[in-house]
Amino acid sequence: MDQGVEPAAPGKSAVRPHRLPPEAGILLVLLALALAFELLGWLLVGQSFLFNGQRLVVMILQVSVIGIIAIGVTQVIITGGIDLSSGSVVALTAMVAASFAQSSDALRAVYPTLTDLPVVVPVLAGLAVGAVAGLVNGSLIAATEIPPFIATLGVMVTARGFAKWYTRGQPVSMLTDAYAALGSGVVPVVIFLATALIFHVALRYTRYGKFTYAIGANREAARISGIRVGSHLVVVYTIAGVLSGLAGVLTSARAISGQAGMGLMYELDAIAAAVIGGASLSGGVGRISGTVIGTLILGVVTSGFTFLRIDAYYQEIVKGAIIVAAVIADQYRRRRRLTAT
Amino acid sequence: MSPEPAAAPPPLLELRRVSKSFPGVAALEDVSLELRRGTVHGLIGENGAGKSTLMKIVAGVCAPDSGELRLAGRSVRLSSPRAALAHGIVMIHQELNLMPSMSVAENIWIRREPLNALRLVNHRELNRKTRALLDELTIDIDPATEVGVLPIALRQMVEIARALSYASQLLIMDEPTSALTERDAERLFAVIRELKARGVGIFYVTHRMEELAALADEISVLRDGRHVGTSRAGDLSRDALIRLMVGRELPALPAAATAIRGPAALRVRGLEVAGELHEVSFELHAGEILGVAGLVGSGRSELAAALFGLTRRTAGSIEVRGTEVTLDSPQAAIACGLGFVTEDRKDTGCFLGLSILENLEIAVLDRDFVRGGFVRATAAREACERMARLLRVKTPGLDERIENLSGGNQQKVLLGRWLLTRPGILILDEPTRGVDVAAKAEIHALIAQLAAEGTAVLMISSELPEILAMSHRIMVMRQGRVSGVLERAVADQVAIMELAAWTRA
Ligand SMILES: Nc1ncnc2c1ncn2[C@@H]1O[C@H](COP(=O)(O)OP(=O)(O)OP(=O)(O)O)[C@@H](O)[C@H]1O
Ligand SMILES: [Mg+2]
Repeated sequence: MDQGVEPAAPGKSAVRPHRLPPEAGILLVLLALALAFELLGWLLVGQSFLFNGQRLVVMILQVSVIGIIAIGVTQVIITGGIDLSSGSVVALTAMVAASFAQSSDALRAVYPTLTDLPVVVPVLAGLAVGAVAGLVNGSLIAATEIPPFIATLGVMVTARGFAKWYTRGQPVSMLTDAYAALGSGVVPVVIFLATALIFHVALRYTRYGKFTYAIGANREAARISGIRVGSHLVVVYTIAGVLSGLAGVLTSARAISGQAGMGLMYELDAIAAAVIGGASLSGGVGRISGTVIGTLILGVVTSGFTFLRIDAYYQEIVKGAIIVAAVIADQYRRRRRLTAT
Repeated sequence: MSPEPAAAPPPLLELRRVSKSFPGVAALEDVSLELRRGTVHGLIGENGAGKSTLMKIVAGVCAPDSGELRLAGRSVRLSSPRAALAHGIVMIHQELNLMPSMSVAENIWIRREPLNALRLVNHRELNRKTRALLDELTIDIDPATEVGVLPIALRQMVEIARALSYASQLLIMDEPTSALTERDAERLFAVIRELKARGVGIFYVTHRMEELAALADEISVLRDGRHVGTSRAGDLSRDALIRLMVGRELPALPAAATAIRGPAALRVRGLEVAGELHEVSFELHAGEILGVAGLVGSGRSELAAALFGLTRRTAGSIEVRGTEVTLDSPQAAIACGLGFVTEDRKDTGCFLGLSILENLEIAVLDRDFVRGGFVRATAAREACERMARLLRVKTPGLDERIENLSGGNQQKVLLGRWLLTRPGILILDEPTRGVDVAAKAEIHALIAQLAAEGTAVLMISSELPEILAMSHRIMVMRQGRVSGVLERAVADQVAIMELAAWTRA
């Protein structure tokens, strides 16, 4: 493997270590948490936590939507950016998609003449709205060079406003069965895992992925190396927007309605999942596999506390602590690397 | 060694059998050294020999695996740079460590800002102290300037000023002059002599042999992490030192073949960039190495940036191989066959955090190694391994992170990145900055060979010997203008400096 490179001087190659993939650490955390709940389960409620297929499905189901958003957010974070707009985009896309998914039974449909449409119409409408939101994010960042934090904060507020304005605050209900089916059963789980696989491959094996990492590692060097930094960022934010749109479609399908208050704080959970999974807010570092594990950690904590019938307050306290611990671990890793320079 | 009198005071610093390894590399093995008060101890060795690592141990930046540090006869443990500072040990790092968005004064006095009665920062006093310090170094910068806007040489001077502000007893300089012009370097040397007279002990790491001759009292040589010898300055000839350092004979510099002056590869006419360049016109021929000399701030790097489409030109035309081109973006420049090795490794060169492989392949990825959006990983790796071998990059493997390489090896990787593009026109900005003598000779040979094969090379360098040895013609810049072009035959240091100097009566 390494024989291509000049052999290190004698005595220098002896200590070649075994390097674990960076996910090993958080995978261990995931297992430890699951085992802790298993143990507490037997002690406190006399039940198994893990050996209950239904609970596991529900657990992943609960976090699938967050996971899909987190996949987009991870890519944004790798470029050194951040996306605060995802939660609001979920609400807006949920509203728009639901409005094209109403059945003819609906009394006051948003578009009375457009009911009982085939399911692809609302889905495409939702994805398109997500894409537009992402495009706005990306274009603002690329064209005006305002910090991603500010640009996406603006879109976050605006998109929530649009979501409320769309029906003057009224929820959109009475959706077709075909649409509702998208959110039921294991469909969201399958979509989450498929999306993860696609972007895992995209980040690791395609030009798109290589450029994404390069921009995050050193934007100026990326520019000089001939990467169109601006248009690449537009693509990355648009992908994140489309994934938020997908999350919006699944959210409304699962609730069988669209509401302007949907997706509240989802952006923070998604960022947390990415960061727990090892993505570094300073850019250049992050992997989809890590984000998936980060998402599952959030899922285990949420359903673990519900399972133990412990108040939701504690759940939030623990979640917060895990996020901070993950960032501290990231800092520590980085500091160890930086002593090298 | 001369017999020491019995009651000699203990040396300022004594290193005893210091060892340090990193995953995959034994960076230092059993190194023992002494530094006496009021002396300059030169430290040389090839890229990756362990010089910076040793100095970082002395400065408390990293901890040795084993061995002992004795300061004035007492054993000490330096667990952090702060602990080292408390002992009066200050280090000027090889890579700059300044905060670009803060002012020069704030950078220098960070954590030690003078306060007023309300315990707020006293900016007047802050700027006054900075002014005094900068005057001592005869640097003309406004203390309130943001560091980020300064050219790299001035940033280096700021870094030096910061180190001096600590009034330390032990100063470490890791390649302080690699970004400086000879003139700035001379000022630094004057300061060093002054510090020496005050009894400060100085470790001085460099790849420039001439500097050691001028400054050092003792010289130690590291090779592959081992201390292979210490001698009094002047006891060993330059060649003997180099032999110690590399353990073999160096390839002689290829007497650059007189330019087979091919057709003009690049023709620049009346190039203007607002506030940076004025009426720059020149021609660069295939197979030619055109050296670009000038003082810091003379517009050399700005010229490179304009040619590569990084800044917008306000007037002028550029022709590549006879066709007029716009060159308004790096993509356009690369498409025209230009390559550009920038001067600042850390800011605009390396992708820190990514692997050597990823750093090498990035500029050609799209053109050579992507099919249907997917990267042909094996082909890319093979090409990069070939390049790493050609440049003799010293590393356990291409998956190593680039920040784990020594400075000189990072430079080779960046050069490799652009050689992979097989550029017709190669712009090099300080191509051998921080590169050891052996590697420098290799890189020089490589550049000469590229030119012989028909590449047009524009080589910016602040090292006049390098410019004089390598170039077929030398273009001198001053205040954003071309102040003259010298043929190799008539060029010498004096002629260049005359054209470069700011004030000419
Ligand atoms: N944090 C680290 N992790 C892994 N390897 C490291 C680290 N720091 C240094 N090394 C390795 O240790 C060796 C010595 O590096 P060092 O930076 O001390 O060299 P140097 O003599 O200063 O070289 P240069 O002249 O190029 O600056 C090199 O092989 C380098 O790759
Ligand atoms: Mg070094």
